[in-house]
Amino acid sequence: MKHLLSIEDLDRAGIERLCDRAASFAEVADRPIKKVPALRGRTVLNLFYESSTRTRSSFELAAKRLSADVVNFAASGSSVEKGESLRDTVQTLAAHRPHAIVVRTPWAGASKLITQWTDAAIVNAGDGQHEHPTQALLDIYTLRSRLGSLDGLNVWVVGDVRHSRVARSLVLGLQTMGAQVTVAGPPTLVPAEIAVLGCDVRYTLDDLPQADVVYALRMQNERMKQAYVPSIREYAAEYQISSRRLGARQLLMHPGPVNRGVELAGDVVDGPQSLILDQVRAGVLVRMAVLYEVLASGGGPSSPPDGPPDGPERRRRRPSGGRDPFNNPELHPA
Amino acid sequence: MSLNPLVRAGGPGIDDADVLVRRVHVLDPRAGVDAPHDVLVRAGVIAEIGEPGGLTAPDGVEEVDGEGLHLFPGFVDPHVHLRTPGQEYKEDLETGTRSAAAGGYVAVVAMPNTSPVVDSSSLLGSLRDLASRLARIPVGFTAAITLGLEGTHLTEMNELRQAGAVGFTDDGRPVTDAGVLRKAIQYQRLCGGVIALHEEDPSLSAGGAMREGSVSARLGIAGVPWLSESTMVARDAAIAGYEGGRLHFQHLSCVASVDALRAAKAQGFKVSGEASPHHLCLTHEAVRDLDTSMKMNPPLGFEGDRQALIEGVRDGTIETIATDHAPHARDEKEMPFEQAPMGTTGLESAFAAVYSELVRPGVLPLATVVDRLIGGAALMDLPTPRVAVGERANLCLVDLEREWTVGADGYESKSGNCCFDGRTFHGRVLMTVADGAVAYRERSFAVHAA
Repeated sequence: MKHLLSIEDLDRAGIERLCDRAASFAEVADRPIKKVPALRGRTVLNLFYESSTRTRSSFELAAKRLSADVVNFAASGSSVEKGESLRDTVQTLAAHRPHAIVVRTPWAGASKLITQWTDAAIVNAGDGQHEHPTQALLDIYTLRSRLGSLDGLNVWVVGDVRHSRVARSLVLGLQTMGAQVTVAGPPTLVPAEIAVLGCDVRYTLDDLPQADVVYALRMQNERMKQAYVPSIREYAAEYQISSRRLGARQLLMHPGPVNRGVELAGDVVDGPQSLILDQVRAGVLVRMAVLYEVLASGGGPSSPPDGPPDGPERRRRRPSGGRDPFNNPELHPA
Repeated sequence: MSLNPLVRAGGPGIDDADVLVRRVHVLDPRAGVDAPHDVLVRAGVIAEIGEPGGLTAPDGVEEVDGEGLHLFPGFVDPHVHLRTPGQEYKEDLETGTRSAAAGGYVAVVAMPNTSPVVDSSSLLGSLRDLASRLARIPVGFTAAITLGLEGTHLTEMNELRQAGAVGFTDDGRPVTDAGVLRKAIQYQRLCGGVIALHEEDPSLSAGGAMREGSVSARLGIAGVPWLSESTMVARDAAIAGYEGGRLHFQHLSCVASVDALRAAKAQGFKVSGEASPHHLCLTHEAVRDLDTSMKMNPPLGFEGDRQALIEGVRDGTIETIATDHAPHARDEKEMPFEQAPMGTTGLESAFAAVYSELVRPGVLPLATVVDRLIGGAALMDLPTPRVAVGERANLCLVDLEREWTVGADGYESKSGNCCFDGRTFHGRVLMTVADGAVAYRERSFAVHAA
């Protein structure tokens, strides 16, 4: 895997491989020193054109736990505010020869565009309302860890699908893993054409009891101002996931940050069915797996001459199915 | 007294031509010619049309072997952006008209959404003066309907007409206020001149970067619904009918707009329409890879829209194919899709695209396409080029069998944001004679002096 731009870059085997690798990293989080040297000598650049605390810090933690060097570049307060184009910014930063660039922008396709301007591996951390593939992967990882398999699983994605990059990647990724997906929300926020993703489309939660998993999307206040819904009150009345709506055997997920009292009632956020904190934990593991894969498979400029003896460059020359790339053999997926 | 709306080209090397094209297949649907002939141009005028091989070149007349080639009346584009004044880094009067000549055009009509906007006679006068020195082919200039394209106050339309405005348009923006448009149409009784409209309801289209549909839903890009255009076409056709005014609808892009235009014509309203090569040849599927050359306004539509536009061109509901040639600098288009400006260049590829995509597969007759490529002239009250004795020579010589790749040898235009860039087409313009002068020769096109 050279880049991760879209969840569609991965087939089922690819997603399973990443989840297995993420699982192998789970143990690292429980160590007193939460670090392995897998990406020592590698540089990961976080290029964020949108404010993001969770995703950025999750990528940063992931890179650091693999011993990569991390540089954070936030667009605010930088040359971007002085009018520098995306291309010039990327080429300037690429001159420092990062091995991977993690990109978040408000524009669809921007991460793909960037691949033309640098030989670093590009990981899409959200491009406009298009895709957020690592979010989908961590959601799949979370469900897989809890349930084993997603085959035949019935997942409802509820809320502002129109403006959600999370929804687009998730619907596609879940289906790749054998789940059935229904999207539901107000007609103004669920475009009819979203059915091209292969999901069912509903405008009420009447059939929500069918769901095995209820995935609520974040409802932004801005949507009220743009008159997509008349009021938060009316939205909550129809679409809020509360203990009244959530059945005892159903699992609850949310990409965060949660608006309590809007898309989710407070009681379900903290309830036993909530996987929300599992998702957060999974975020670091899955991003470790993604960074490892794009860098270990030869992504980015060649390794520095004093690169790690056990680094990915050396591993690449081994026959496939060869020895464990890590210093610690127990990291390797079972 | 009004000025001639077409500014005669006056760039370097614009001299009356003396040329004999022998054994060329002449196709001029409006003159009823579709047969091999010899065509002699003397001092810029079509002096003689004879049997193939029947004419001999007088002294000093260049002789061109037209065997296997086609000679058409030169094309007229009622809708181009020459970006002057203010955005000469995208295009200027010389490069824009050079690009037009390379596409077989003998006259173009420039849009007024420049910086500043062409909304005063002084600005129009200086532009015409500049064109008389720089343009390679004749150019007509439109003026804005409303001051600054702001949609509120009418320009001094009468004075603008007297200063040579071909007509009026706020192209790039709609006239959203029906009352303002109605007054402009009423005022047209005094000043004349066609009113050309870019139809879009901003309350429906705002924020959209492509056609709303299955592709936009997949990409998560805000879409422009087609009814943003068609509701405005229907509204404004009704105003034209009510006032008895004359309207031209620019760059139509959907079924419902073509239907609305057809219905308005059936009622006897004086309305006309144009379709662009890109809307005739491409659909929103082309946007899937987020190539910013595929971003234009109106956006590329569905396959059904494309078919309706083709049908409109076939049955004459749509009188003209217009490029909406909209050059943008490379760094402006080298952006994420949602940030990039809208527009594609089109003058150099228009004929080849439509010929290759629609004529060769048998979708449209060649004569129909040629007719629609010259059809813009009459709509803009300009003389229609004709291949007939005694006419000023407005001709283009085309090799229909010649394959070429768009952009492979660069462009005459300053900008390369062509939606057909990299496509290999049949149909290469070898020579263009505009208003009696050779305005373009294809580089490898050998010319044999007699």
